[in-house]
Amino acid sequence: MHMSDALLSPAVGITFWAGTLGTIAYCSKKMKENLDEKLIPLMGVTGAFIFAAQMVNFTIPGTGSSGHLGGGMILTIILGPYAAFIVMASVLTIQALFFADGGLLALGCNIWNLGIYPCFIGYPLIYKPIVQKGMNSKKILVASLLAIFVGLQLGAFSVVLETLFSGRSELPFGTFVLLMQPIHLAIGVVEGFITAGVINFVKASMPELLESIAETKALSPEIKVRKIVLAFLVIAIITGGIVSWFASSNPDGLEWSIERVYGKPELPEHETGIVALLRAVQERTAFLPDYTFKKKETHKEQETAGKEEMASAKGEEAPDSDANAWPNVEAGTSVSGILGSIMMFGLVFLIGFGIKAIRKKGAHAPNGTSYLKG
Amino acid sequence: MSHHIIDFKDVVFRYPDGTEALKGVSFRITHGESVGIVGANGAGKSTLLLQMNGYILPSSGLINIGDLELTKKSRQEIRKKVGVVFQNPDDQLFMPTVYDDVAFGPLNLGMTAERVVDRVNSALQTVGCFDLREKPPHHLSGGQKRAVAIATVLAMEPDILVMDEPSSDLDPKSRRYLIRLLRGFKHTKIIASHDLDFILEVCERCLVIRDGRIVADGPVSDILTKQSLLEENNLELPLSLQKTRMQ
Amino acid sequence: MDFDKEYFNLGLLDTLSYKDTVIHRLDPRTKVIATFAFIVTVVSFPKYEIAGLIPFFLFPALIFSLGDIPVWFILKKVLVVSVFAVFIGIFNPLFDTRVMVNLFGIPVSGGWVSFFSILLKFFLTICSALLLISTTSFPGICHALRKLGIPEIFISQLLFLYRYIFVLIEETLRMVRARDLRSFGKRGQGMSIFINLIGTLFVKTIERAERIYHAMLSRGFSGTIHHIKRDHLRKADFACLSVTGVFLILFRTYDLVNLIGRQAERMF
Repeated sequence: MHMSDALLSPAVGITFWAGTLGTIAYCSKKMKENLDEKLIPLMGVTGAFIFAAQMVNFTIPGTGSSGHLGGGMILTIILGPYAAFIVMASVLTIQALFFADGGLLALGCNIWNLGIYPCFIGYPLIYKPIVQKGMNSKKILVASLLAIFVGLQLGAFSVVLETLFSGRSELPFGTFVLLMQPIHLAIGVVEGFITAGVINFVKASMPELLESIAETKALSPEIKVRKIVLAFLVIAIITGGIVSWFASSNPDGLEWSIERVYGKPELPEHETGIVALLRAVQERTAFLPDYTFKKKETHKEQETAGKEEMASAKGEEAPDSDANAWPNVEAGTSVSGILGSIMMFGLVFLIGFGIKAIRKKGAHAPNGTSYLKG
Repeated sequence: MSHHIIDFKDVVFRYPDGTEALKGVSFRITHGESVGIVGANGAGKSTLLLQMNGYILPSSGLINIGDLELTKKSRQEIRKKVGVVFQNPDDQLFMPTVYDDVAFGPLNLGMTAERVVDRVNSALQTVGCFDLREKPPHHLSGGQKRAVAIATVLAMEPDILVMDEPSSDLDPKSRRYLIRLLRGFKHTKIIASHDLDFILEVCERCLVIRDGRIVADGPVSDILTKQSLLEENNLELPLSLQKTRMQ
Repeated sequence: MDFDKEYFNLGLLDTLSYKDTVIHRLDPRTKVIATFAFIVTVVSFPKYEIAGLIPFFLFPALIFSLGDIPVWFILKKVLVVSVFAVFIGIFNPLFDTRVMVNLFGIPVSGGWVSFFSILLKFFLTICSALLLISTTSFPGICHALRKLGIPEIFISQLLFLYRYIFVLIEETLRMVRARDLRSFGKRGQGMSIFINLIGTLFVKTIERAERIYHAMLSRGFSGTIHHIKRDHLRKADFACLSVTGVFLILFRTYDLVNLIGRQAERMF
């Protein structure tokens, strides 16, 4: 599932963009080091292939509903992790722009969710080790299913976390998880069978391909795993740092969730930043099974160091009102709000239509050239 | 001055699985000649063309292009002299705009920005596609793509032009335009095609390939009028030479 | 959505991006930066914000009109992709039931307010993304990204991908149509046929990559793709960026809607 802009907060969105861009830079660097020239056109057309293949539907046996290909694992198996991540990122970018899949801020999250896990976890840690000692169709199937399962579960869970930390949705953690994980389990099974099917097909028609490309570009399990884990640690620390920096200046983002998690609007003294956050999450996750993040008690107004944004949020006079506390909205305010909205919309439409009318009238003929196929 | 000679001496080519696509091919093409290559499907036309700029190298025998013998080392240099236009223009137009595609070659040759601009503009004007320069290739028609593909090669100012099925998928008007264009070129031209009428109009000489060997080599007026020779090679007389059957 | 329709929409958006209007003529960098700033600003509004978001509709309105973009076409697309956001957002009213506002006597819960806020944000952000691609050619966006620092390998990949998407889609379309014409109802559309279809397509793709590589080598390719410098930054771009920045900050900081509303109240 694709993350959506409307459910994101700037903090989470930008953080994941940082992670994604960092990974793109890393993969680019790695590829430049021993670039196989042939990869450039291959990556391009393979990306186009995945894109086109994703548009084709098929019926899922037993359910009759239609399914579509994801393709991340096929890419990784054929191209190796670095190239595959770049291809996956490029396909998602085009989808975000042309198909409005999710949005441009969420693109950072989506590339992460759908790219990192298959390329740097599913393939090197699961698929490759299984298939390393002799490839036969059964092994390929098992390896595909497992690798994809892990990748999709991690991806789905990331969506949950991203939504949670953004604080725009009221979905409680537990419910969301129970929603996402099973769906992605089902998706994973189908995707696993298809991936194995395609790999076996390619193996049968072009056996040289799998050997020549995959072997040279793949990660060798022993050394690289440590590097991956290290990278994740670094990313986690940076993320936490950025996120908590944002938290101190942007109350609607993380502090909201800290509030929810911790039950108090402010963190206890002496505990700020990552440590408190981690501790809070830890305490909460201990109660996982039947818990929701939400606490319905009213919260006191939060000190938000004179945030003008807060003032504009509800047209409140109180300069330090907290958008997350239940505001005392008088009937008066809501009427002016509605009136103002109507008038604002009216203004916007007037401007829009006005410009259109002027353009049509001004006999300025648009460029005569047709951009369609000659 | 002009050493632009293509010289094949007993060239044999064997694919990795052992099939011999070329079984000892010899011929010589001199500067300015326009030569058509015809034959049945699978006779070896494409393999022959792939050798022309060294994408594949002969398993045995010698190929000389210009002053250079074709080897792994020399093929980079040879590619500056031999421009190949492929059968499918979509394989050849891989850049985001027409302008980028035509500039690709000159930029790789390391030219300065102004010289690149000159080359691109003149190549586009030669094929009549200057107005299309900012368009992406997928907005072009088949004929336009074909013309632009030729421009991408012309921009490198090769001495020798090799073309694989240039008239396929063209509507009559574009085809006619292409014929006129090619007749105006002074380059050495080597054209592989099933379109015998096309060869008749554009080429002076014709090579017939069968089973990896050259079975006929002579002026176009000789070769393309011999009905029995053509029919032995899964071909027919050019349509323009056939008596009308619609009686 | 079925294949044919998706391809048509893709083609239409692509064609739109090559038009010639004031907006189209702006440097791609301007539009990319402005769009991103717009999205981040919209998304920075807190959960229950509604009034503050409304002035932001000015931006799409301006681009629709100045850029001559068909409104209904874009709106339809926004509608189609709203499924996930709506699906997640609709839980808000379910879980957040405390009354927050009284609208002419009808109590409205916080959940509905935040849901509506999500819808507004969704509309604004998705619209701006679609308007970006309809007013800026994709290669333009790629060149903008390259100048903004994105690694070259990724940019080359984007450009190559864009170039061959239409080719691959047409190839796929032919195979899909052939499949659909020979399948009756749901039979013939199963997974094994699908696997064969895309397996064949994949093998063809690899072969095509070979041929493209050959074409690249034939024209002197030796590892790096050189790009022509295209610098378009003009006064219009700087003006546009500054004006956008000013308005974004203005709208984010001041609650214009309630201001206007209160004025109107006083007058009536």
